[in-house]
Amino acid sequence: MSDVIVREPAKRARKPKPVATAKQRLVVIGNGMAPGRALEKLFEAAPDAYEVTIFNAEPRVNYDRIMLSPVLSGEKSFEQIVIHGDGWYIKNNVTLHKGVTVSAIDRVAKTVTTARGMVVPYDKLLIATGSLPIVIPVPGHKLAGVLSYRDLDDVEAMLLAAKSRGSAVVIGGGLLGLEAAVGLKEQGMDVTVLHLMPTLMERQLDAAAGHLLQRAIEARDIRVITKANTKAILGEKKVEAVLLEDGTRLPADLVVMAVGIRPNAQIAKDAGLTVNRGIVVEPSMQTSDPDIFAVGECAETHGQVFGLVAPLYEQASVIARRLSGDRAATFQPSALATKLKVTGINLYSAGDFAEGQDREEIVLRDAARGVYKRLVLKDGKLIGAVFYGDTSDGAWFFDLIKKGTDIALLRETLIFGPAYAGGSPLDPTAAVAALPDEAEICGCNGVCKGKITGAIAGLKLTSLDDVRSHTKASASCGSCTGLVEQLLKVSLGDTYNPAAVQPMCPCTALGPDDVRRLIVAKALKSIPDLMQALEWKTSCGCAKCRPALNYYLLASWPGEYQDDSQSRFINERVHANIQKDGTYSVVPRMWGGMTSAKELRAIADVVDKFKIPAVKVTGGQRVDMLGVRKEDLPAVWADLNAAGMVSGAAYAKGLRTVKTCVGTDWCRFGTQDSTGLGIKLEKFLWGSWTPAKVKMAVSGCPRNCAEATCKDVGVICVDSGYDIHFAGAAGLDIKGTEVLGHVETEAEAIEVIAALVQLYREQGRYLERIYKWAKRVGLDTIRKQIIADRERRKGLYERFVFSQTFVQTDPWAERVNGKDAHEFTAMADLTRPEAAE
Amino acid sequence: MTIMTPISTWQDIGALDSVPSRGARVIKTPAGCVAVFRTAANEAFALEDRCPHKGGPLSQGIVHGTSVTCPLHNWVISLVTGEAQGVDKGAVRTIPLRIENGRLLLDVSLHLHRDAA
Repeated sequence: MSDVIVREPAKRARKPKPVATAKQRLVVIGNGMAPGRALEKLFEAAPDAYEVTIFNAEPRVNYDRIMLSPVLSGEKSFEQIVIHGDGWYIKNNVTLHKGVTVSAIDRVAKTVTTARGMVVPYDKLLIATGSLPIVIPVPGHKLAGVLSYRDLDDVEAMLLAAKSRGSAVVIGGGLLGLEAAVGLKEQGMDVTVLHLMPTLMERQLDAAAGHLLQRAIEARDIRVITKANTKAILGEKKVEAVLLEDGTRLPADLVVMAVGIRPNAQIAKDAGLTVNRGIVVEPSMQTSDPDIFAVGECAETHGQVFGLVAPLYEQASVIARRLSGDRAATFQPSALATKLKVTGINLYSAGDFAEGQDREEIVLRDAARGVYKRLVLKDGKLIGAVFYGDTSDGAWFFDLIKKGTDIALLRETLIFGPAYAGGSPLDPTAAVAALPDEAEICGCNGVCKGKITGAIAGLKLTSLDDVRSHTKASASCGSCTGLVEQLLKVSLGDTYNPAAVQPMCPCTALGPDDVRRLIVAKALKSIPDLMQALEWKTSCGCAKCRPALNYYLLASWPGEYQDDSQSRFINERVHANIQKDGTYSVVPRMWGGMTSAKELRAIADVVDKFKIPAVKVTGGQRVDMLGVRKEDLPAVWADLNAAGMVSGAAYAKGLRTVKTCVGTDWCRFGTQDSTGLGIKLEKFLWGSWTPAKVKMAVSGCPRNCAEATCKDVGVICVDSGYDIHFAGAAGLDIKGTEVLGHVETEAEAIEVIAALVQLYREQGRYLERIYKWAKRVGLDTIRKQIIADRERRKGLYERFVFSQTFVQTDPWAERVNGKDAHEFTAMADLTRPEAAE
Repeated sequence: MTIMTPISTWQDIGALDSVPSRGARVIKTPAGCVAVFRTAANEAFALEDRCPHKGGPLSQGIVHGTSVTCPLHNWVISLVTGEAQGVDKGAVRTIPLRIENGRLLLDVSLHLHRDAA
């Protein structure tokens, strides 16, 4: 042992003691992550060199402070974030004074004195007092209920306050403030974030990215007020509200100040050590007194104070090496990376991303997807990077920063990440294979590549579900599913046979079922949100995915989702069928195929009035008027509406017709009122949107004149009731129906059919007809849910009824009354002489 | 009316805002209909309203990125170049259009001239 032992240790007073067999005394002030790591390393290198005494102002052991946010949000317990349990201190012979503050250092006597008057001598002293939260000294800042966010006590106080389910105001829209806000929201509080600057996290993000972040925070029902200048915190005994400069008064049961930290260097200053912002230390981590070290957020080295865990752990290991005799150990700050620990918000920054004259920037924005990437270059090297939205390549960029790689050759495609590095695009599997083992794959559960590939090899996993259950990777939000599948492919080669998830379209790697699941799991309620959250590859989708997404969102959030007409095929946008010449056809409903003189007369009049060139009877028992000019549509509809007719939805992925025979009304063989049931079904089911069109029929007897056995849903009436059929087809494919079940009453028949339609609405893929859906999921699983499981059927029925309350409005009447008028008029007419001038 | 010496090349055809985002409107001209598109990023483009495939009205298609998908047979046409995308071959004429103070200005002289000639 070199410089540690050369200096003679002192005991109690200044009296020198001979170089002894006795251990040296190391006193540590503070018990956070940095000194914890320093001791760990020290015990590894020199297990018996020191007798260690720790003074911890907090009454507890060393825990993982960066995991406080998951504790606040309820995702983890305190026990789960403990780094060193009591046993560790016993095993290593460490005396830990919990809840004891050191009030003074006597450098001459080489002792520390606690607030309670205990005097403890040291040979080496390590100051690790961390930082203090900055408290804005506005009036009321000392009221009960005003907290900062630094340690477990703060978290516990917040959790207690959150039990009220009241209102919280978080002052500060930086990393910690936002984590606190999301955690409090998770705990059921009504949360507002105040931020002094115009955009959130302005030190890590520029304005555009800050806005993206703000939108994501707001999507969690957290209110964000920027440029918010807090004037006072109001309250009698405890906090009641926050008052802003502009007069806004925000009710609050809890105020969290998270506006920043400052090094806690007072004790060092009092002891006469050199203190600037923090306790100034050499690269050796020694303060101006060589027997005193400082580590962590209280220390200032190379003119910088560090607050992230990676450099602090490096400092810790330098101290451990110094204390165990390595005189060469020095701390050299390297680039830093930081991540926002809020599930579902991807934000990553690394290195130095400040602007400067000698720096260049490469920026990629994809506003529609909410992706923002900014690289900062200096002297042909990458020195900083900020990613919002898509952080999947963060590890790769961070590696370039740390290694100081010359990026001249990569520059052209650098921003597109490793997949394009060096020119020709690598295939995605190769890109994943190239990731280092510590690259994080699953952000939600913090699973890195090595853990996944290790589990695949060690546990002989062969499927995505295996990986999900053993490693939790891709088990939460699922947005890393593609990466995990690629790891399976890399690990297993050709033996990996994925369940062949067919992506919805080239805009995504996700299949329709995953998209539907994620819509619900992530509460996605608009197409832009969905494309952002599920990392769509195109700015606004394509003609294939947009109508599908519109349907999935509509079916998932009845009454809540705002239909996006621009994502609908023209027929559903203008409620008529486009024809080859750009004209439209118009089909009014004829309920159950029944019509009247009045209706037929109105149709005849409309045909004459608008010179409609063709009138045809359809296969679904109604009348089609073909060749209507688009601009005439609203007037045609107005006349049809006047005669009591509504849209027949002959264009819709929804209920088309319910074909019937005349049943007991007229037919000598009829067993039930098939016409009546058909009309009831049509009046009940019309307007609902389904994955693909739905055609039904009701026949009054097994002679089946309504041809019910080739429909999506068909009913055959028999003496004892109703045989309900489904999954027939008579189009591209010809297929007879399957029997769903038999019911005795008309009411039951309607309930069963509505439940079936609802199940189809919930499970069907867009454009997948009922017979294809049934084949995919299995006839029996459908029968079980609709016929055998009464509760399930009832739930489905009720969901159908609920969603129907929002859709049974005649779209023709809406447009007659002016909705979407732009669809039916030219924007300008340059054929008229005055317009062409 | 003389078409050889148009008084003004750029004709104000209306406000950008009167075209739905990710949608289109139709301009009637003596040479046929012109479709005016507005993208999600608020760019605007004008194309002859006839798909090069079977003459489908492109104005009725779904607009995505800077493309439109024809409503008749799903050809995807670039709004920028007028060319069919993917394996399909063909192009539709683009007509110069610019946005000025939120108004759309269509180059009518070129269009009218060429077709009337």
